[in-house]
Amino acid sequence: MLIKKPSDMSPSEITDKELYLNRREFIAKTAIAIGGAAVSGIKITTDANAGQKLNVTKRGHFAEGEKETPFKHAANYNNFYEFSTNKEDVAELSRNFRTRPWTVSVEGHVKKPRVYDIDEIIKAFPLEERIYRFRCVEAWSMVLPWVGFPLGDFIKICEPLSNAKYVEFTTLYNPKQMPGQQRNVLEWPYVEGLRIDEALNPLTILALGMYGEVLPNQNGAPLRLVVPWKYGFKNIKSIVKIRFVEDMPISSWMKASHQEYGFYANVNPSVPHPRWSQSEERRLGEFLKIKTLMFNGYAEQAADMYKGMDLRKYF
Amino acid sequence: MNLAFGESDKWKKTVKIIVFILSLIPFGHLLTLTVIKELGANPVEKIIHTTGDWALNFLLVTLSITPLSRIFGWTSLTRFRRMIGLFSIFYASLHFMTYIGIDKGFSLKAIFEDIVEHKRIIVGFTSFILLIPLAVTSTNNMVRRLGYNRWKTLHKLVYISAIGGVIHYLLLVKKDMQRPMIYAALLLLLLGHRFVIYFFDSYTRQRKGI
Repeated sequence: MLIKKPSDMSPSEITDKELYLNRREFIAKTAIAIGGAAVSGIKITTDANAGQKLNVTKRGHFAEGEKETPFKHAANYNNFYEFSTNKEDVAELSRNFRTRPWTVSVEGHVKKPRVYDIDEIIKAFPLEERIYRFRCVEAWSMVLPWVGFPLGDFIKICEPLSNAKYVEFTTLYNPKQMPGQQRNVLEWPYVEGLRIDEALNPLTILALGMYGEVLPNQNGAPLRLVVPWKYGFKNIKSIVKIRFVEDMPISSWMKASHQEYGFYANVNPSVPHPRWSQSEERRLGEFLKIKTLMFNGYAEQAADMYKGMDLRKYF
Repeated sequence: MNLAFGESDKWKKTVKIIVFILSLIPFGHLLTLTVIKELGANPVEKIIHTTGDWALNFLLVTLSITPLSRIFGWTSLTRFRRMIGLFSIFYASLHFMTYIGIDKGFSLKAIFEDIVEHKRIIVGFTSFILLIPLAVTSTNNMVRRLGYNRWKTLHKLVYISAIGGVIHYLLLVKKDMQRPMIYAALLLLLLGHRFVIYFFDSYTRQRKGI
């Protein structure tokens, strides 16, 4: 290895102070220029892990034998406004996104507030593959094999207190790395939330991979939420903070347009959105539409949580 | 200023053919992507958005011909106006047919529901319908039959259609208004120029006591 680790470098070796301050970006970029092999050799890499195979201990199919969306579609059509509002530009713009070092801070009403290293979280749980339907509010959808673990298992080790009624998630804020954050399209950082029972539902997972591999950056690496009975925007990406709170969190989309995007955002074909009819959807890569299912087909596991609620009001 | 190529008839014809072929490039590109199955993850959306973009592009180019020829004296541009205008309705028709046929599968029920539920559909639909009489009356023969003044009044519909087209786009976008706002700003500029000219002309007419 020709490139030294950053810790081995003394500032005096570098003449340009600006360059020194940005050494990680510089080294990462240089490494990419030299070649992928160099990238995997140093620890500060950008997508060193992307594409790396994951060891999965358990597999579950939750989309009734439907065929998986091709990886190329799932990885090249991304609503990730932190990089771009153009879904087809996100993959390219997130290519150099750094997912290490990465920490997730657990805060709020918990017995054990603390900062976790991402690798510590990953090693703490056996990884499962879950094939879920994924339904965007824009009426497109996928069938996607996620790799992750139940959010509930993570919540257990955090030991929430009795006044933890909701869980609030926050995405990384770093306009330098996430160019989309340089414009105020949404209020940054991106915030999402779940009711504690939704968070503990066995279907709710934290995902760190898809298609048996480490998540591509554009799909929310290194850690994202997957709640399959809710619209895509609830599935917050690149999480850095998980806070247990008493009051309902206000999500970024609620702030942007509360009459269009509610807190629950459960997939519901009978409640139309002002911009898109929600009764049908189109799987990525397909020409023809299919009917949208109530709770995205997960009514059996999810419907009980909303018993007695007017789903037109609590959309 | 008369552009040099304005002189020869043969040259005029050649330029027209070049503009015609250039105008077909977006269509050719889309067709190629369809045939080689490279329309991406959401092929129907890609076709609808691309044809919609180009319908609007051509409409704005059509509307910029009068201001450009007036400000810079590029009067030779006016001879492309009809063709470019027709290309706008060509792309608008593709946009419309893709929506009706592929997106809605010719289902009247689904189309009706969409019209009722979403303002942008009715706005876009109206803008498209308004372009049809303009296309139909675009021939020299029709100008004669209608009489120039009546023909001109009828073709003012293009302003409503363009405003509708831009609103249609604004209503679609979820949050990032940048692109539709660029269209809105350009349209405002093009219509604003006409307003200024209109008042300026009536002012000078008054001064001259005509």
